[in-house]
Amino acid sequence: MLTLTSPVRTWAHGVPAWVKLGALCVWTLALMQMEGLRLAAAAAMVVGVAASGGWGFFRHWVAMLRPLWPFGVLVVGWQIWLGDPWAAWPILARLGAAVGLANAVTMTTELADILALLTRLARPLARFGLKPQVLALSVALVIRFVPVMLLRYAQIAMAFNARSPRRAGWRILMPVLLATLDDADRVAEALRARGGAG
Amino acid sequence: MERNLTHIALFAALIAVLGLIPKIDLISGVPITAQSLGIMLCGTVLGAKRGFLAVVLFVALVAAGLPLLSGGRGGIGLFVGPSVGYLVGFPFAAFVAGLVVERWQVRVGTAAFAGAVLGGIVVLYAFGIPGMALTLGKSLPEAALLATPFLAGDLIKAVLAALITQAIAQARPGALLSRT
Repeated sequence: MLTLTSPVRTWAHGVPAWVKLGALCVWTLALMQMEGLRLAAAAAMVVGVAASGGWGFFRHWVAMLRPLWPFGVLVVGWQIWLGDPWAAWPILARLGAAVGLANAVTMTTELADILALLTRLARPLARFGLKPQVLALSVALVIRFVPVMLLRYAQIAMAFNARSPRRAGWRILMPVLLATLDDADRVAEALRARGGAG
Repeated sequence: MERNLTHIALFAALIAVLGLIPKIDLISGVPITAQSLGIMLCGTVLGAKRGFLAVVLFVALVAAGLPLLSGGRGGIGLFVGPSVGYLVGFPFAAFVAGLVVERWQVRVGTAAFAGAVLGGIVVLYAFGIPGMALTLGKSLPEAALLATPFLAGDLIKAVLAALITQAIAQARPGALLSRT
C-alpha cells in the first residue's frame, strides 16, 4: 500500500515511534522560543538530520517540503510590502525546521507502528465505548473503502462516457455515493454474520 | 452498531476520495478541493457524534502517514504547518454541521445547508485562521484576509452538501443517520 514511509532504510527507522514523536513535540515547542543564531543552528540541525539518511533519503525529504513554497513566497512578499524583508526569515526558519523534522519522523516510521501507538493512546477511550478492536477494524475498513469508491467512480464514469460526449464530473457523484452506501450496508451484514464488530 | 461502523469508515474514505478530484491552488497555498465538502457531508449525513468520529478517523490516518489529504499529502508535518488549524477544526466542523441537522427539524436540505455553513465555514475558519496566524507569524486579521479567497468555493460546497444530503434522504432514507 502507498504510504509516506521512505523505502530507504536509515538509522532512525530503528528508533521506537513514541521516542520520535515525543522528541518532535519537545522540538516544536522549543522552536517557538528560539530567535536569531540559535534558530539558524536549529534549522541547520534539521537539515543535518535529514542528510544523515543518505542522498536518496535527503532528496525525498526535500521533495516533501515542496508544498510549503507558496507560504514562503507569501511571507516574503508580505514582509517586502511591509518594508522589512528580513523579518521573513525567522518565520520561515521556524516553519521549515518544525515541518522538516515532522516529515523526517513520518518518513522513518512504519504505518503499523504509528497506528499501534495511536491505538494505545486511544485505550482510555474504551471507557466511553470505543473499543480498541473496533478502532483497528475501522482503520482497515477506511483503507479498503478508498479503492472501492474509486473503482465505483471509474465504473460509473465509464458507463456515462459510453452514452454521452460530455465529461462525467460531478453529475455522477450521487450515483457513486448511493452505490458505495449499499456496499457499506453489505459489509455491515457480513460483519454481523461473523458475530459482530466487537 | 456494525452499520454505524461501516458508514463512519465509508465517509472517512469519502473525504479522502474527494481530495483526489482535480484542485486549484490559491496564492496562500492551501488548495481548493472538494475535501471540505466531505467534512460537511460527514456531519449532515451521519449526524454530530458519528460525523465527528468519521472525521477524527480520517485525520488520524493522515497523521499516521497515509497520503489521504489533497495532493497526496499526509504525515505529522501537516500538524506543525499552516494547515494545522483546519485539520484540528475538521472534526468540530462536522460535529456542528451534524448537530444543526439533528436539532433543527425543518426540511433536510435547508437544515443541511445551514449546518454546512455554520460548521464547514464558521467553525472551520474559527480554527483555521488562528492556525495560519500562529505558523506564519501574522496577526488574526491578516490571516483572515488569507482565508477569504476560499469563501466563495466553500459556499458552493455548502449548497452541494445540502443537495446531496437531500438526495440521500430521498433515495436511501435509512442511510441518513442524522435524522434516524
